[in-house]
Amino acid sequence: MLKVKHDELATLNMAVNGHYYRRAVESRLLLVDFLRDELGLTGTHVGCEQGICGACTVLIEGVPARSCLHFALSMKGKEITTIEGLSEWPQFPAIAEALSRRHGVQCGFCTPGIVASMITEEGVSEEEIDVLLAGHLCRCTGYVGIRQAWQDILAKKEGK
Amino acid sequence: MTSEKTWIGRPVTRIEDGRLIRGEGRFMADINPVPGIRHAAILRSPYAHAAIRSINIQEALLRNGVLGVFTGEMINRELNPFPVGVSAPVNYYPIAHSKVRYVGEPVAVVVAENRYVAEDALRDIVVHYDTLPSSMDIEPAKGQLDPSALLHEDILNNVASSRRFEYGRCEKELKQAEVVLTNRFRYPRNTAVPIETYGVIANYESHSDYYTIWSNFHGPFTLHSVMAHALKIDTHKLRLCSPSDIGGSFGVKSAVYPYAVLMGVVSKLVRCPVKWVEDRLEHMQGSSSATQRITDVTMGLSCGGKITALKLVQYDDVGAYIRAPEPATLYRTHGNLTGAYDIRNVLVENYAVMTNRVPTGLIRGFGGPQLYFPLERMIDIAARHLGIDPVDMRRRNFIRIDAFPYTTASGAVYDSGNYQAVLEQALEKSEYNHFRHQRSETSGSLRYGLGVAAVVEPSGSNMGYVSLAFTPTERMAQWPKSGAAAAATVAIDPLGGISVRLDSVPEGQGHETVARQIVADALTVPMDAVRVIVEMDTATSAWTVSSGSYSSRFASAGSGAILGAAQKVRDKLLVLAAAKLGIDVSTLHLHQGWVWQDKQKTVWSLRRLAGSIHWNPADMPKGIEAGIHETCYFTLPQVSAPSVDDRINSSAVYGFLIDIVKLAVDIETGQIRILDYTTVHDAGTLLNPLLAQGQIYGGIAFGIGSALYEELVYDNNGQLLTGSLMDYFVPTISEMPKHLKLSHHSTPTELTPLGAKGLGEGNVMAAPAAIANALSDALGIEVLHLPLTPQTVFELMHSHQRKEATRT
Ligand code: FES
Ligand code: FES
Repeated sequence: MLKVKHDELATLNMAVNGHYYRRAVESRLLLVDFLRDELGLTGTHVGCEQGICGACTVLIEGVPARSCLHFALSMKGKEITTIEGLSEWPQFPAIAEALSRRHGVQCGFCTPGIVASMITEEGVSEEEIDVLLAGHLCRCTGYVGIRQAWQDILAKKEGK
Repeated sequence: MTSEKTWIGRPVTRIEDGRLIRGEGRFMADINPVPGIRHAAILRSPYAHAAIRSINIQEALLRNGVLGVFTGEMINRELNPFPVGVSAPVNYYPIAHSKVRYVGEPVAVVVAENRYVAEDALRDIVVHYDTLPSSMDIEPAKGQLDPSALLHEDILNNVASSRRFEYGRCEKELKQAEVVLTNRFRYPRNTAVPIETYGVIANYESHSDYYTIWSNFHGPFTLHSVMAHALKIDTHKLRLCSPSDIGGSFGVKSAVYPYAVLMGVVSKLVRCPVKWVEDRLEHMQGSSSATQRITDVTMGLSCGGKITALKLVQYDDVGAYIRAPEPATLYRTHGNLTGAYDIRNVLVENYAVMTNRVPTGLIRGFGGPQLYFPLERMIDIAARHLGIDPVDMRRRNFIRIDAFPYTTASGAVYDSGNYQAVLEQALEKSEYNHFRHQRSETSGSLRYGLGVAAVVEPSGSNMGYVSLAFTPTERMAQWPKSGAAAAATVAIDPLGGISVRLDSVPEGQGHETVARQIVADALTVPMDAVRVIVEMDTATSAWTVSSGSYSSRFASAGSGAILGAAQKVRDKLLVLAAAKLGIDVSTLHLHQGWVWQDKQKTVWSLRRLAGSIHWNPADMPKGIEAGIHETCYFTLPQVSAPSVDDRINSSAVYGFLIDIVKLAVDIETGQIRILDYTTVHDAGTLLNPLLAQGQIYGGIAFGIGSALYEELVYDNNGQLLTGSLMDYFVPTISEMPKHLKLSHHSTPTELTPLGAKGLGEGNVMAAPAAIANALSDALGIEVLHLPLTPQTVFELMHSHQRKEATRT
């Protein structure tokens, strides 16, 4: 168990997008702020800081998670992937293409978080798409284009 | 001549997507345009109405990492109050000094080395308040209010503005009408909830007294002068910049401007650039919202269902200060008050009332949902009263196709439309008649209902409509205001690279893509030969008061400016080519990036011509300037100032749509499920059908939210009860109907060069009315207020049962 005062610095070792980092951080620093402000990875967005909107979704050890609900320090020894890393994944171009073709992006503020959910949940059923997408707020698209894009990707997979 | 393959009108995918999907968008929180930025946090009032007795900032100043702490008094000393759009003496500042008037009103600002420390220091500030009674009623009190409940001294009963307008002989017709129906409707206070909140970076330069302020402000740029006035500077000293990416706004970010001024002053006082990014609670409490409106509707009709007179008494809750551009919510739809109907006798009374809630402003639909909810509900109520089918009721009152161009009683000019045809298409698409027979069916606790709404969708707001809040005599003393202008610049660099710069400050609508389509067509080049710059910078962009993205003005005004600028470039190139070739310019045209003479390709390409303008200006024919950088300001001439008899063409063009909703309501749980949603639009020529579809889907989601879930709820003391996204419910994918049917029936307008009308707000105006109509149909009870939460549905049924019981 880690014991530090809230404004004391502690050492954090972690991997982000395949790079290793060793930083001294305050124990209260949120993961999302660490990623954005310390590492300059601004593709992860903040919409609520309360775990509701899903804009801050990243992968922790390969699993989608809200980076506003974790302290940076609790990521000690873990592997994080943000949109900057995901966009190098082999599945990414197909997702990007589908989102664009179906016009699932307007302002794009929610998009990186949604991509993090889409890219890891490849084998879902049509019904599960709605369950997973319900964890992301998008105020622009009415979700129609996003749902269609995800369905397209599934259809392609099944077609293969 | 060879026919060109054109890009306009095609479902082109977006150029913006590439960067946004990869997380390479540049939003306010992401940018740090100057070095040495420090971070601000704002202390806000916990009370809705209270006098500030004292503020102690000593402790906060001593905290490690704090650079400065500033109270409202220290800040407002540097400022004039913001000019407001009414003659009432409202002193509106970006921060409170002697008294607070809504929960969340700024009281002090801390600047520190990071946001965490700034927020720590907020807790060190001690404020003593003397609370005052809160004033939460919209309808002005009948008697005199207790002076302690007045928000602003000298403003009687908190009414910031009121006006009465009569067109035709409404009072007389109402007296003589065969049937007169009256109802009171309430439209709730809701808000836009973009996923990105407000963000501001302000940099004050003391040597020049210049302010440079970056923010996600997207216009209207009339507010640039409002801000400069508040800052006590000449307008050229205020430089406003907006980044290329804004994470949605739907109007609400136009009200970031008081915060831009606030941070401007703080930067001056603390002597360094300051950045403030709003958090979600701040956004829900202290940004902006739609007006809540009570509307008393009186409708006179013949027994055959023809509407002879319409009287609307509208009370808008504008919050604690009437902030510019309010009372615009009351006037944005002034020209189209009668919607799709031919009604010549109209009376409107407007009241803008101040309450202890956050000030209001632009929210998608702006005035439209507040108007169409009562109007379209009233059509259904009248139909039921007279035993006429609601669809027939609309048919009987629609403006007929041969009546276009049609001037409404209050002065709007609807240039084109075919409302009957749109309606017929919607009926067919939605299988209305088929559903109508099922309607009486019930299954267990489920009841089914069908609802229609017809909406005339205004786009391209007339800058003059807000001045209707002043009497004609008051207006005479001012300069007339009118127009819906937009600007764009097209330039070609020395090696033929084409760029376009916009003044439209998009927030996700895809203006870059459409601008590319327009310019590529005009210059006959591939789309990827065109670079579009959407960053706004009032020091370097071409702009005017009406610039920005609001009132669905890109299709109606913005696209015209882009086309105009591209045509200027084309014309300059052709004139130059004609001179070089020694032939008549009228024989020349561009094709595939080359100058052609009839069917013959000449030796001049666009690239070579542009090159010669840059590299060899000494050799220019007479009358042709060196360089190629052409700006077009486009406006629609018929968008003129209000007339002396108070008529106004409040928007540049008017689209039309019909929404038809089928829903099921569970009378045991109060749950509503939308089974099927159909919308048919007449938005003229679609510039990009894919993007049009996206606007419509987004608009439906927004409209469903306003109809069923969304309200900023305040208690009687003015405490906000919906400060998080847990309490303020924004639709998720689960709330979106699976069966959505979209189609178009276009009557292009000749007013805009590309024939387009706006379409981004129509469904926000129509959905609440259509859904409420469907619920009334399902329950046989008239719905008079929103949102239709399970609790509202329950109360509706119970009060109805009580009424029935007392009747028998
Ligand atoms: S910012 Fe993390 S869920 Fe909204
Ligand atoms: S695209 Fe704007 S919030 Fe989803």
